[in-house]
Amino acid sequence: MSISGAATAGLRCLTGGKGTLPAIISIPALFVGGALVLPLIYLVVRTFDAGGDIWELLFRQRVGTILVRTILLVATVAVASITLAVPLAWLTTRTDLPFRRAWVVLSALPLVIPSYVAGFIVVAALGPRGMLQQTLEGPFGVERLPDIHGFVGALITLTFLSYPYVVLTVRAGLFRIDPALEESSRVLGRGNWTTFFSVTLPMLRPGIAAGGLLVALYTLSDFGAVSLLRYETFTWAIFVQYESALDRTLGAGLSLALVILALAIIGLELFSRGRARYYSSTTSISRPPSNIRLGRWKWPALAFCSIVVAVSLIAPMSILGYWVVRGISAGEPFNLVWESVGNSVYVAALAATAAVIAALPLAVLSARYPGAFSGLLERLSYIGFALPGIAIALSLVFFGARYAPPLYQTIGLLLLAYVVLYLSPALGAVRTSLLQISPRIEEAARGLGNSPLRAFSSVTLPVARPGLLAGWALVFLLVMKELPATLILSPIGFNTLATSIWSNASEAFFARAAFPALLLIAASAIPLAFLMLRERR
Amino acid sequence: MPTRTNKGIHIWGVLALMLAAVFLSACGGSTEETGSLTIYSGRSDTLVGPLIDRFKDDTGIEVSVKYAGTPQLAATLLEEGSNTPADVFFAQDPGGLSAVSEFMSPLNEETLNKVPRWAVSPVDAWVGVSGRARTVVYNTDQLTPVDLPDDLTGFVHPEWKGRIGWAPTNASFQTMVTAMRSMWGEEKTIQWLKDIQANNPKVYPKNTPIVSATASGEIDVGLVNHYYLHRFLAEQGNSFSARNYHPTAGGPGAIIMVSGVGILESSDNKINAQRFIEYLLSEDSQRYFVEETFEYPLAVGIPVADGVAPLTEINNPDISSSDLSDLEGTQILLREAGVIP
Repeated sequence: MSISGAATAGLRCLTGGKGTLPAIISIPALFVGGALVLPLIYLVVRTFDAGGDIWELLFRQRVGTILVRTILLVATVAVASITLAVPLAWLTTRTDLPFRRAWVVLSALPLVIPSYVAGFIVVAALGPRGMLQQTLEGPFGVERLPDIHGFVGALITLTFLSYPYVVLTVRAGLFRIDPALEESSRVLGRGNWTTFFSVTLPMLRPGIAAGGLLVALYTLSDFGAVSLLRYETFTWAIFVQYESALDRTLGAGLSLALVILALAIIGLELFSRGRARYYSSTTSISRPPSNIRLGRWKWPALAFCSIVVAVSLIAPMSILGYWVVRGISAGEPFNLVWESVGNSVYVAALAATAAVIAALPLAVLSARYPGAFSGLLERLSYIGFALPGIAIALSLVFFGARYAPPLYQTIGLLLLAYVVLYLSPALGAVRTSLLQISPRIEEAARGLGNSPLRAFSSVTLPVARPGLLAGWALVFLLVMKELPATLILSPIGFNTLATSIWSNASEAFFARAAFPALLLIAASAIPLAFLMLRERR
Repeated sequence: MPTRTNKGIHIWGVLALMLAAVFLSACGGSTEETGSLTIYSGRSDTLVGPLIDRFKDDTGIEVSVKYAGTPQLAATLLEEGSNTPADVFFAQDPGGLSAVSEFMSPLNEETLNKVPRWAVSPVDAWVGVSGRARTVVYNTDQLTPVDLPDDLTGFVHPEWKGRIGWAPTNASFQTMVTAMRSMWGEEKTIQWLKDIQANNPKVYPKNTPIVSATASGEIDVGLVNHYYLHRFLAEQGNSFSARNYHPTAGGPGAIIMVSGVGILESSDNKINAQRFIEYLLSEDSQRYFVEETFEYPLAVGIPVADGVAPLTEINNPDISSSDLSDLEGTQILLREAGVIP
């Protein structure tokens, strides 16, 4: 009690004077914050331990060029993803589009395709003398397509891999918009389009910003796609240090520079989120919104969803399937251990649960007690997402092997790594849904004699459920494909689908890599479909 | 409505309990058993898993393996230091092994003498178990071996502009550059790197995509290791339009490199670790490397796999492992030439 009292008192000044921070929130938040700081401590130790010429190596023209290229890619991928995702999210929540839930599941699945697999697929399909060119060669005599390598290839690959972030966060936001606001707009004589742009879209700003931020930071942290499409980015440069040079000092120094870049991007998101209020003052929000009839717009809408899903999911799966068939006909052995399917689902479900639980106190803090402390924790969580997995993994090797040998290379430490890596996707989704619930509902519940915890769990949590589920689904999909931390930190002999794909693909066994890649998509689709079916209408 | 909410909370509760159980069981820890061995393998499960399984069956030793890339495992070993759970490091290339030599315990003479001296650590920390050749992979629709220069210096000519693929961040490539520095000297090496840069080579993250890009005609030649081609041939058949060329005049482009293994100083299972190394150098295992991974045997004289050029047909230079150990100097040079960031 005295510890919690002290912590509460110490934190009160950091919450911008918005009331007393309950210990039930501040203490878990402090623990989560402590875990999030570990990678930064490690990177600082590694960067400055060696002393020497680190500054000289960091401030080079080459590093500057790479920085500019990185910013260009991050910005364009974010804009392109938002452009694809906002219509998809709106069509699947607010209209009478046929097969809405199927579209939701299908449009979320590209998240589970590992980026190095996507890189191989894009090069095989669109590269010089690739499948597209060979198809066009016969009937049209096309001998050369524009080279897919470089900026355009990286932009296409990363956009179609990461637009689902925005779909998921925007959908969570759409669920919580009070339909009365839109209805009033229509009653006041505005059409569907005007209502969408003047009422719905502004209310979606937190969801779009949260999703866009995730896309930007994911792009920042990606190595697989950019290396195969030969577009040099900051993370590529960091990997080069760890991969080839075994230069942990320069690797750590560049990672710290990446942290600063990530902070700048996070600052932009906070700026765009603004100080606005996103909840309705009335309490009618649990009423399901009326669906807009698409009418003759149904067909263009269906075509749009079909094209996005075809490019981002069906095409990659077909190419994987083709590789499997080609391998089978060449007599390749398939010795897939089914255990890896179970391991993947098991560890991803646990990690998603852990991340949502860890995100809750931070989300409450950020939505209800915004201030220096909540801002700091939020930024820390995004840094974990922006850093390359290898840097996070090595930081936990550093602390685990040294200070917690019994935990080292156990599922426990692996889950901690996943939480550090993927807390921000969970936090973004949970916070977005909390922001749209009026604190007055909680106050009313407490006024009726409920404790704060009871008010939160019986009133706020159920209403925030779409956000919790979206956060859970996001982390689940991300952990399914996570590679660097899984390889280094998993218990010895613990194989997952992602490690199995990597093990085969790195040795050029495409057929053997394609089969677990297809299984990865299938194994992710089942829990995802289950989640979406439980989703409230 | 209330029942649904309760059910939702119920599921979250179950998942939270599972999570708590995982952490508690993790805290329990496990004790070392006698007769066990922990391997960090930078060579993938697909390649060496069956061999390690055979070792397990033949000896009854409880073996656990962590598979990851050689550089990641080397970095992990450097962070773990003497706290590592690993007994043995089985690595893809000498660079990774040499990076952690300081944490390895020297091997005995008898083991080291089973392979040629050039295939052994300069400080006796590790021993090579299989050999791989640096080679030039070329597109068979565009080129025949007579079109190719007799050593790597030939690729600086402008006729090769835009036709070359390389992977300068790859460990094997860097080992080849170390060989260049040793055989050609620093100046000629950096000039070669700059001349090749001027020919706009396509940069790949590793060997595999170079071989497939060569076969698809995206590039005409690539600087790679020899065995990747044979995996593509096994999967896609002989119509795969790429083959290996070993520079006829030899030089750094025709060196033989090794994958190798060493014992960690902090290991409590050194006897089992020693047995594992002897197992890898046995005739059966050497035959496995020949047949399954298309590599060169180092400890016994058995013929190489079909389609792989025998060592007698490769004009490989006489170069020792200590000549190939200065990876750091190579990286400084590569940075200076603007080849790596």
